[in-house]
Amino acid sequence: MAEFIQYEKRNVYDEQAHNRRMTWFILSGIILLLGSIGFGIDYYFLGVFEERVDIPPVSTTAVVMSFAFALGCLNGGSSIVLKTAGATQANNNDIQHQQLCNIVKEIAIASGLPTPKVYIIPDDDPNAFASGKDPSTSAIAVTRGLLTILNREELQGVVAHEVSHIKYYDTRLMTTVAAFVGIIVLFSDLALRGLRFGMLSKGNRSKSNNPLAAVLFVSWILTMVFAPLLSRLMAMMISRKREFLADASAAELTRNPLALASALEKLENASEPTKTIKRGIAHLCVVDPMGKPINEKEGFWAELFATHPPMKKRIQRLQSMGYQYTSQV
Amino acid sequence: MFFFIVLAIFILIIASAIIGYNSLIQLRNRVRNAWKQIDIQLKRRHDLIPNLVNAVKGQMEFEKGTLESVINARAAAVGAKGIADSMVKEDALTSALSKLFAVVENYPTLKANDSIQPLMEELTTTENQITFARQFYNDLTTTFNTKLEIFPNNLFASSFGFKSFPLFQVKDAHEREVPTVDLSLKK
Repeated sequence: MAEFIQYEKRNVYDEQAHNRRMTWFILSGIILLLGSIGFGIDYYFLGVFEERVDIPPVSTTAVVMSFAFALGCLNGGSSIVLKTAGATQANNNDIQHQQLCNIVKEIAIASGLPTPKVYIIPDDDPNAFASGKDPSTSAIAVTRGLLTILNREELQGVVAHEVSHIKYYDTRLMTTVAAFVGIIVLFSDLALRGLRFGMLSKGNRSKSNNPLAAVLFVSWILTMVFAPLLSRLMAMMISRKREFLADASAAELTRNPLALASALEKLENASEPTKTIKRGIAHLCVVDPMGKPINEKEGFWAELFATHPPMKKRIQRLQSMGYQYTSQV
Repeated sequence: MFFFIVLAIFILIIASAIIGYNSLIQLRNRVRNAWKQIDIQLKRRHDLIPNLVNAVKGQMEFEKGTLESVINARAAAVGAKGIADSMVKEDALTSALSKLFAVVENYPTLKANDSIQPLMEELTTTENQITFARQFYNDLTTTFNTKLEIFPNNLFASSFGFKSFPLFQVKDAHEREVPTVDLSLKK
């Protein structure tokens, strides 16, 4: 949460390392949350672990379900997302589309990845997103509006941002995180309902005279109540980290952070809600498709609920990277 | 006891050599592949240049010098032999081309020409692809060269015939600032 407190100057590589560390930290937090809910259900409802150590059925189911859910989303999700956005594959005869395809190929070469498929969304609001479960099946979709307002270098910056999402498996990461959050919501709901109907296992009812056990039990219930909100906040936090990471690595790929900064400035000013892009894939877009209000605001509370960091901060960081590049040369 | 310690150290040395050897082989193949990628782009550039030259020839009689230097640089680059020679000659071609780009920028009628515009876009993207392919090659090569020099790989690398690869370098500060070719279709 360093960026809430102070703005530090970091170079591209520090930026990437920091982001990766934070992502793992938050991800393990989410898995821990799911685990503790599952173990609680196992322990308090089913009475597992009372006499001997068993395989805890609910926790295992929860984790397996999360991964299965994520896998399903990853395999089918990409084509559905593209279809709902009304995206069509770029057309070779159109010089604008051709230029976009060329740029995508350039960035793919720079990153050493296979060239993603290129899609155009018929929407005049400028935005772009990436999808696919790994680099070889990836796709980049760009709105028509983006092609009209950006020049070649700026477009290159935005494409590099999206390719970075692919390179760091952000599409996979965020889908997995979303699946875990969904399962957490499901299981905490299940457990709270169970409590209401008094389905505690017999052994635990007699044991609850022990003060330590009572404290544990109450804190478990509190975890359950706050888990859905907490896990969602953590997912948002990962999303914002990945945005900074994608910006930083776009700068590394193009060696031209200022072009992306000026693209973001243009996008910020043009920002109206992108109607064709749904909320669910907001974290994969270059700017939040919900439009200005959230990303404009700064400060702790506004940032807590946003998929993207405030534009000003992103632009500021890119500009400081640009300053470092020019001063090195 | 002493025997086991010696044995353990011996196994450790062999294991680290095997791991080092394998990772060097892997990386060397990736570097070679990256080099091939550059070659593909260079070939494409050589193929595209005659088209562009033919397209602009009629319309820029008075810039003959620029065109001729591009044609000559291309001929030299096509005939280059070996990595080092090719690096030098391709560099010369890059600077000749960037001069031509700058000239075309100054002729609005030329820039807006329907047959030249797609060619310019093609060449711009090829130039960018060459730059990015070199950048990628340099990044990989730096990793490889570093791996060659660090301990314990440095002990055995040369006896297995591993050699460091050359890096692309920008010669003078002037060339660093290749005139930015802005081919966006609208302002």
